[in-house]
Amino acid sequence: MGVKFEKVEDGQYMLDVKGYTCPHPQMYTKKALQKLQSGDVLTLVFDNASSGESVISMCESEGNDLFDRADDGGTFTWKIRKG
Amino acid sequence: MSNEVCGAGGSRAGGVSVKHRGGFNAAVIVGIVALLSAIVLAYDADYLYLLVYIWFGVAYGLFLQYGRFCMASAVRDLFAVGVPRMAVGVMIAVVLYSLTAAAVTMGGFSTFHANPLGWHIIIGGAIFGFGIIFTGGCASSSLYKSGEGNVGSMLVLVAISFSQAIFVSSEWFSQFVPASWTESALDKRMPEELDVTSTWFDQFMTGYIWDLSGGTVAQMMGQPDTFMGIFIGNALLGAILPTFAILVFLYVVAFRKGYMRREKIENPAFGDHLRGMWAMFTSSKNTAIAGLGIGVFAGLQMWVTGALRQKYDILNFGEMLERKGFYEQVSLQGTVFDPGYWYITTQEAQWGGWVMDKIGFENMERNIFFGLENGLPNPLLNAPGMMSIGIILGAAVIANINREFKWKLPSMETAIFALIGGTLMGIGARVGMGCNVGAFFAAVTNGDLTGWIFLAGMTIGGFFGVRALTRWMEWRASRNDDEFAL
Repeated sequence: MGVKFEKVEDGQYMLDVKGYTCPHPQMYTKKALQKLQSGDVLTLVFDNASSGESVISMCESEGNDLFDRADDGGTFTWKIRKG
Repeated sequence: MSNEVCGAGGSRAGGVSVKHRGGFNAAVIVGIVALLSAIVLAYDADYLYLLVYIWFGVAYGLFLQYGRFCMASAVRDLFAVGVPRMAVGVMIAVVLYSLTAAAVTMGGFSTFHANPLGWHIIIGGAIFGFGIIFTGGCASSSLYKSGEGNVGSMLVLVAISFSQAIFVSSEWFSQFVPASWTESALDKRMPEELDVTSTWFDQFMTGYIWDLSGGTVAQMMGQPDTFMGIFIGNALLGAILPTFAILVFLYVVAFRKGYMRREKIENPAFGDHLRGMWAMFTSSKNTAIAGLGIGVFAGLQMWVTGALRQKYDILNFGEMLERKGFYEQVSLQGTVFDPGYWYITTQEAQWGGWVMDKIGFENMERNIFFGLENGLPNPLLNAPGMMSIGIILGAAVIANINREFKWKLPSMETAIFALIGGTLMGIGARVGMGCNVGAFFAAVTNGDLTGWIFLAGMTIGGFFGVRALTRWMEWRASRNDDEFAL
């Protein structure tokens, strides 16, 4: 297990932080978003539920669009479009 | 938190099946708690005193998980990702609990004792605050996250338990004890079997802590029993005004800019700022609701426990244990740890100490912490320990209902961080006389200003913890020659 960050295709990135607890998922999300261009989409996969609240607040305050939230029995797959 | 499934059809189908199982699991947990409670009460109705702890624990667990209520996150997310959400939730809980605590104190049922004031609070808070950055949670959130199936958080509990038990009973650091502590400890003429000049912690307690004094704002005003002292002194001056100042600070440094940008306000007037403050309070309804619930239940617990002590004519659960013949379970003075309000770390130290005692470690009771004050009760007779188990169960119930329960094995890095951070939390809690709950939350809400000092220590420790963790992440990324290294 470890953090996985990769480009899926042009403008599409994937960050997988399953197995990490706070504050890693939100810190890695922030770092990953910094590497993206405006309009790029980050698919974030995590399983530490409480990190989700921080990611929501972070997206709100930084103007990123969290447009899709899927929850599969404790594993969350969220999509964020960088603002 | 949204529980809707917005993803592909596959995950929707998978999600539904988990949802059904989750509801069933939650019902099973509630059923087991109810059944065991009935059996215990049928066996001996006096154990209602112990069951009240577990029931309040379940209530705390429900609220903690529902609101993802984490005091580590309150200090950490501010520095790590610039998010004030949890800090706001904690402050809402402080205001509520201060009012319910004041009502309970006015009613004469308060079980609260103020902590002594000294340098140990800020140092203990800082060690604790540094540790929580690496464990991913504070003392209370490590319990609720264990209820979500997070094995890393369970490791944190193990580390907090054993680090405290070892810290209070071993001779670690005893070479650093100032001579004045040893002298003062000897002056107290403690029973020989406690051997108080052998460990650092015993001399810290008897030679330093016992020479300090402390008190609530109401006590300092000389009005410990009046409305003026309790509601104006303890609640308003001691808790609500400092909380308001912190909320304004959080708004200015962490929320205002983003809010004005979202609302497209260029020259904000006073009314815009008031609306901005309100938006900050309500930015996470779950957290705010959890803050309200915890505030109300924390006050209620003091009231119920205080009333039960009057009913059973005891000051401490140890007296009841002795009446029932459990002399081995209590300390030399016939007491066990029995705060009567929300507390976390001391009972975990007792779990660790009890296990060490049972597997053959000698001298576990030859110290002030276990031997004179808290005892080493069997976990089944450890009332506040039952509250901690209740928190795990309550969190498991709501995590199952919300389909968020999942056994999560930690990565190696997370596991090592959990053990090291948990050890620091345990040591910090013993030096600071409590954790984010006992030394901060329960303190400030009862008019004990030392809680704010603990929070300051925790914030300083948290700040340096985030810097250390960021360095670690950067170092890891630098080893990987990849444009996608984080």
